[in-house]
Amino acid sequence: MKSAIHDSLVITKRQLLQLARVPELLVFSTIQPVMFVLMFRYVFGGSIDSDQPGGYVQLLMPGIFVQTVAFTLASTAIGLAEDMKKGLIDRFRSLPISRGAVIIGRTFGDALLNILVLTVMALAGYAVGWRPTSGIVQTTLAFVFLFMFGYALSWIGILVGLSVKEARTVQSVGFLVTFPLTFVSNAFAPTTGMPRALQYFAEWNPVSTMVAACRQLFGLKNEFGATANSWPSQHPLETSLLYVVVLMAIFIPLSIRKYKNYSN
Amino acid sequence: MKSVIAENLVKTYRKGEVKALDGLSLDVEEGTVLGVLGPNGAGKTTTVRILATLLQPDSGHATVAGIDVIKHPDKVREQIGLSGQYAAVDETLTGWDNLVMFGRLYHLGRQTSIDRANELIERFDLTEAARRPIKTYSGGMRRRLDLAASLIVKPKILFLDEPTTGLDPRGRQDMWGVIQELVKGGVTLLLTTQYLEEADQLADEIAVIDRGTVIARGTSDSLKKQVGGERLEITVEPADLDQAREIVAKISGHATHVDLRTVSAPVLHGSKDLMEALRAMDEAKIHPLDIGLKRPSLDDVFLSLTGHVAEETVVEPIGKKKRGGKK
Repeated sequence: MKSAIHDSLVITKRQLLQLARVPELLVFSTIQPVMFVLMFRYVFGGSIDSDQPGGYVQLLMPGIFVQTVAFTLASTAIGLAEDMKKGLIDRFRSLPISRGAVIIGRTFGDALLNILVLTVMALAGYAVGWRPTSGIVQTTLAFVFLFMFGYALSWIGILVGLSVKEARTVQSVGFLVTFPLTFVSNAFAPTTGMPRALQYFAEWNPVSTMVAACRQLFGLKNEFGATANSWPSQHPLETSLLYVVVLMAIFIPLSIRKYKNYSN
Repeated sequence: MKSVIAENLVKTYRKGEVKALDGLSLDVEEGTVLGVLGPNGAGKTTTVRILATLLQPDSGHATVAGIDVIKHPDKVREQIGLSGQYAAVDETLTGWDNLVMFGRLYHLGRQTSIDRANELIERFDLTEAARRPIKTYSGGMRRRLDLAASLIVKPKILFLDEPTTGLDPRGRQDMWGVIQELVKGGVTLLLTTQYLEEADQLADEIAVIDRGTVIARGTSDSLKKQVGGERLEITVEPADLDQAREIVAKISGHATHVDLRTVSAPVLHGSKDLMEALRAMDEAKIHPLDIGLKRPSLDDVFLSLTGHVAEETVVEPIGKKKRGGKK
């Protein structure tokens, strides 16, 4: 067990070293979310009505946080697929290291990157007028939720990366999954305007429950949710937690098993 | 003692459609070098992947350092070093970063990992490039670093999969030098190659494989003999050709072959036959322009064993052979 943690951390450290050696990687992975903040704030923000005190940006920020964290799925998958393609994973597998350390280490690395990206985004949000009103404890709890959600998605990313193997295909698959999930949700616009069937999907969508949970924890009324009066939209915190636990319970063992057998 | 034993390995891909290994058997005596020689797609990489525990065979049996690779892959991994076209290093990191990381993954302490990295960098002549990302390395430097990474814990058994494929002649010479040094140090080496010359240079014994099975094995010399042994070859002025032909025919006892001014025929006793030919020429007052024993090249060996030439010119880019689809 001790060596499993040690091995995983060596792999995590490698990912951090990559950022140190190629700082552009870091710049680009933080520029995109900041760009989203600015775009939605100033391009759409003006045309979307909201009677939220503090304006649309209050509703927007939780949406962008969740969307960014959701992209962890794709970035984990792409990173893993690239390592496999370059033969690095084979090298790791020929070493006497703990099983699973290679992928556990990667999920740790992506989680650390998420902390950094969330921090940068929060600062950018603050700069354009985002102000959580619920106090430090609840606000921090919202970020814990976001962090856990990203971590759970990272494990789906591991499975996608191991299954698809080709980085470019992984990228397409990743976006094919994350775009509908983030946009058919309450993240950027009210679900009220959607066709009835889509409303149900949107309200059960983990992205929506996460966004609603964050809004609640930041001290907002969840103005964009709860049109179909579904259970998830009424209980966003519980539902989100349940999603995170269920996703991890399914995808961690699946991914580890897939990794152990992947080249056979 | 045999350090590596493979028995009847079978591996198929795409549900049996593609047969990568078809009952392959080989073994490597401790402290010796076995060259596994074959064209692309013959099954070299699959063999190494199975022995290095990266791949499970459909059937068959293999041990490395006396340990079953299928039952105890973890224990095998403690004994081996692997370097090849597919087992790579992190190109974003520097050479030094990589070596320290691999040291840590072999559970060396932080300082030991650093010391070992420095030692290997010096030994493999990479001091200047040590702090540069591997992306900026030349092919030869990259291979040396890759090899260094597999030597961190001084493994007794080493697998090198096509260590010089894609290198320029100088890079290849350097790599050969490095490998020969290693072998002097007593390591047991299984080396795959599609270069006949490379097997000839580096290996104590050669296993020629084609379509997933070993079709011949032995020392370079014995393989050459298997194809037809030595030929006595004499080149003379056209006026002396008939006389030279008589001499060669008498010594050989076989039919002679004449090509312009050169007469040749198979002989059984090598240098003794050569001396006899020289004496006969001297007595007949013929001055040979050239005289010698010619042994078949490994190219000839491959051609006569497989019925097709080794595809020496095919060079696949690194990393393209993934997804089990290599075969």
